[in-house]
Amino acid sequence: MEFDTIAAISTPLGEGAIAIVRLSGNEAIQIADKIFKGVGDKRLKDVPSHTIHYGHIVDPSSGQTVEEVMVTVMRAPKTFTREDVVEINCHGGLFSVNRVLQLVLTNGARLAEPGEFTKRAFLNGRIDLSQAEAVMDLIRAKTDRAMNVALSQMEGRLSKLIRGLRQTILETLAHVEVNIDYPEYDDVEEMTHKMLIEKALYVRDEINKLLQTSQQGKILREGLATVIIGRPNVGKSSLLNSLVHENKAIVTDIPGTTRDVIEEYVNVRGVPLRLIDTAGIRETEDIVERIGVERSREVLKKADLILLVLNYNEELTPEDEQLFEAVKDMDVIVIVNKTDLPQKIDMGRVRELAGNWPIVTTSLLQEKGIDELEEAISSLFFTGAIEAKDLTYVSNSRHIALLHQAKQAVEEAISGIEAGVPIDIVQIDLTRTWELLGEIIGDTVHESLIDQLFSQFCLGK
Amino acid sequence: MEYHAGSYDVIVVGAGHAGCEAGLAAARMGAKTLMITLNLDMVAFMPCNPSIGGPAKGIVVREIDALGGEMGKNIDKTYIQMRMLNTGKGPAVRALRAQADKFLYQHEMKKTLENQKNLTLLQGKVERLIVEDGVCKGVITHTGAHYYAKTVVITTGTFLRGEIIIGDIKYSSGPNNQQPSIKLSEHLEELGFELVRFKTGTPPRVNSRSIDYSKTEIQPGDDVPRAFSYETTEFITDQLPCWLTYTTEETHRIIDENLHLSPMYSGMIKGTGPRYCPSIEDKIVRFHDKPRHQIFLEPEGRNTEEVYVQGLSTSLPEHIQRKILATIPGLENVEMMRAGYAIEYDAIVPTQLWPTLETKIVKNLYTAGQINGTSGYEEAAGQGIIAGINAARKALGKEELILSRSDAYIGVLIDDLVTKGTNEPYRLLTSRAEYRLLLRHDNADLRLTEIGYKIGLISEERYQKFLAKKEAIEKEKKRLASHIIKPTAQVQEVIRNAGGSELKDGIRAADLLKRPEMTYEHIKMLAPADVEIPPEVAEQVEIQIKYEGYIEKSLQQVERLKKMENKKIPEDIDYDAINGLATEARQKLKQVRPLSVAQASRISGVNPADISILLVYLEQGRIARVSNE
Repeated sequence: MEFDTIAAISTPLGEGAIAIVRLSGNEAIQIADKIFKGVGDKRLKDVPSHTIHYGHIVDPSSGQTVEEVMVTVMRAPKTFTREDVVEINCHGGLFSVNRVLQLVLTNGARLAEPGEFTKRAFLNGRIDLSQAEAVMDLIRAKTDRAMNVALSQMEGRLSKLIRGLRQTILETLAHVEVNIDYPEYDDVEEMTHKMLIEKALYVRDEINKLLQTSQQGKILREGLATVIIGRPNVGKSSLLNSLVHENKAIVTDIPGTTRDVIEEYVNVRGVPLRLIDTAGIRETEDIVERIGVERSREVLKKADLILLVLNYNEELTPEDEQLFEAVKDMDVIVIVNKTDLPQKIDMGRVRELAGNWPIVTTSLLQEKGIDELEEAISSLFFTGAIEAKDLTYVSNSRHIALLHQAKQAVEEAISGIEAGVPIDIVQIDLTRTWELLGEIIGDTVHESLIDQLFSQFCLGK
Repeated sequence: MEYHAGSYDVIVVGAGHAGCEAGLAAARMGAKTLMITLNLDMVAFMPCNPSIGGPAKGIVVREIDALGGEMGKNIDKTYIQMRMLNTGKGPAVRALRAQADKFLYQHEMKKTLENQKNLTLLQGKVERLIVEDGVCKGVITHTGAHYYAKTVVITTGTFLRGEIIIGDIKYSSGPNNQQPSIKLSEHLEELGFELVRFKTGTPPRVNSRSIDYSKTEIQPGDDVPRAFSYETTEFITDQLPCWLTYTTEETHRIIDENLHLSPMYSGMIKGTGPRYCPSIEDKIVRFHDKPRHQIFLEPEGRNTEEVYVQGLSTSLPEHIQRKILATIPGLENVEMMRAGYAIEYDAIVPTQLWPTLETKIVKNLYTAGQINGTSGYEEAAGQGIIAGINAARKALGKEELILSRSDAYIGVLIDDLVTKGTNEPYRLLTSRAEYRLLLRHDNADLRLTEIGYKIGLISEERYQKFLAKKEAIEKEKKRLASHIIKPTAQVQEVIRNAGGSELKDGIRAADLLKRPEMTYEHIKMLAPADVEIPPEVAEQVEIQIKYEGYIEKSLQQVERLKKMENKKIPEDIDYDAINGLATEARQKLKQVRPLSVAQASRISGVNPADISILLVYLEQGRIARVSNE
């Protein structure tokens, strides 16, 4: 594993309009060539070292153009890692950078572990000896943090699904193993190609489903899904504009899961927010009115953070109270806007309705209270009070790449079965599927197969 | 009386399946070797089932043979029945199993030992080792005889503080009521070894005359002549069948009613038993819904009426065993000759060993077989030959041999033991081998003959034959890769008859062979070779071509493994000096002291971050040394 080609997004997450996907390793150039379409028939393998090239990233499986890029090719040894390095400069923001990374990972690179570029630089003698201790601390610290993230994801729906899938495979594997190790035991039904293909098809379909959801953005999601709600004319549009103008908008006009819901990305003090239904807010000011009650509930359900806007200048209406009711189990920041106008709202009642939720008063018109709002968002996030419901962005890329590999492995198993390859050989691909799925949830202990064997079947002399 | 009784290169304590391989290997490599056993009439004794081989185990026997060991040859001379298992499956999991004439097996092995040059066979009871400054120098027997040697191999099986348990009876004993070895166990503890208590068991034996075979199903041997050893040319044709019967509801009722009498459940047995070899009472408790369990009746030899009742391992009281036997179809009136029993014994925690099987605590001391926590004759013999080879090589001042997980099942076995340890008697299973497609029954010679030859256990004659076979395989593979088969009427007919779809175009013979319905036999008809292709060559050609894609995948994995195996860890590494290792990883690394990064990464509790840190540390050391020069 130490010598394979690794890749990662090497620019900080959510900051800056240009993001770079960096590859390092023997196959860096070869992998980049698989997805790079330059001007004319230019191949990266033919270009001189330390040169930069304009072109497009194209998904080789669909032929679809993903991103317009500049690609830098640097050959070993005069690079940071002393290996071949390719840097893909993307302009399109997080979403497309992510897709570029996905493509790189599905075409042969492995997602770099935290600190791994530095580690390679060191292992290849690029970094001075005196820095060694620091490198080790770095690896330890970052890996621990990554593991914490991984652990918090363990509870997630994905890991449950994967566990279920792995159990199905494990039982199948154990069944095949028993046939091999105890060929004379009539207690155990002989695993047939027919039984095996049923299981393999099931596993493939489930992996496909997971991958589909990831394409729809349910798994692959960076930042907190944030929805601004409030009655008409409370200042939702101003709030949106403040957030977008104060903080550089990273991505605009990215279609979400529906054509109606448009998203924008902003970075609030290091917290990436994905603002949902920005178009709706801009056009008609009212999400419920525009896309209907049921649909708006769905949007709310997917949200990680709700910004509920009230009018300081008006009394609370039953509609306001309904909004509180609609988001009652969610993470909410209450914003009382228009403090430049006389107070008509009952703040006592607002506090009562808000309970533990933070309340921020603003005058967006006079640009007052925005700092407090940003502070409230970042403290909620960094104290862990709110978390992304789905998975974080880096892990996601890793997961999706692993899912792709798992799918490939199970498809190889299926074609093996169809070609009549003996079951114990088909099993090699099935075991590989099991291991890859295990990598997603950080569990590849081989011993569990043997445990399964003995708990599932009665064996022995 | 204490006296100096002689000096040797290698001393092997014990003459079971591990001891025999260790002693023979050492002597054949030119080391002056002494074998000491408690009872000369018990050489290569089979205290449990009278059979050798089976899945994974059978491949180990082939590996032992390819390394120049004896087990394969010995069983080829003494089997009463031979079967190839898993013939309906892929080539990776096929395995031979023989029913042995257990008495003849012992006699033949003893004869081989007695006639081996450089080997002295002796009856005696070793009670202490001679250890000076952490180096083993020899052994002392109960009669006070001091034998000196450069290296010592201990293969004492289940004799260490052995205790037999039947019902509520428990007594100090080795298997089959032989003398146990109590003082040696205490001595090993004194030397600082950590021991564990394991348990295993055996079923009752019955008299064949009293079995009503009409109520059972016959289980004959294969018609095709088969052999474990690559050198065997004569085959035993007169085979004896085994017989199959089943437990009944009545059997289960009796066991249920008498469970309280089982030492397993009364708490009398404290040792950990193997899951893959449960007693009948264990099976019935754990799998209560199963209406019946298989019972195989296996003759123990040609010149005995004694029959082994496979599937009925038990430590229930003797009178209950009789009742149980009578509930089984065919055994209603059976005469029990020996009762089943459980045996508890001491084993060394195997992570105290190097992958060479030398102990970390005492230099020049090796252990092999059941004492290392394994179970099974083949597992014992596989370790025995490695311990014998290494004890001899060390005594003769040569570099020791370590087989990798990608070389052999023996490599998997030893690596599992010394890297992961075991908390039950360890048995090889095919699923333990991650490269099992490479570790096949059929290619053990291709994997290991070269090694056997280099260490001097394979004769020149056999080696030349091996080279010729290898060449023939390559030549034939090459021929098939370039030979084009054209879609003539004859060709289409052969393909049709085999159940395949007709050719549209010419096809390379090798590609046609890759079709699932095609065998080498078909290809031979369609593309005849100029020279006679022997069946063992044809077998290799077929397997290597047919499964090329899968074999290639496995080889790529091995390639990655090798890279990590080549990153050696110095024996004197100080894990406390490495910053950043997790506490658990540090403890495990200090305990196991892996020899390579690959081995380190297999230790449970050592995670990828620790491996990264270890790599950085090792690299740092390398750079530091370079800059010092």
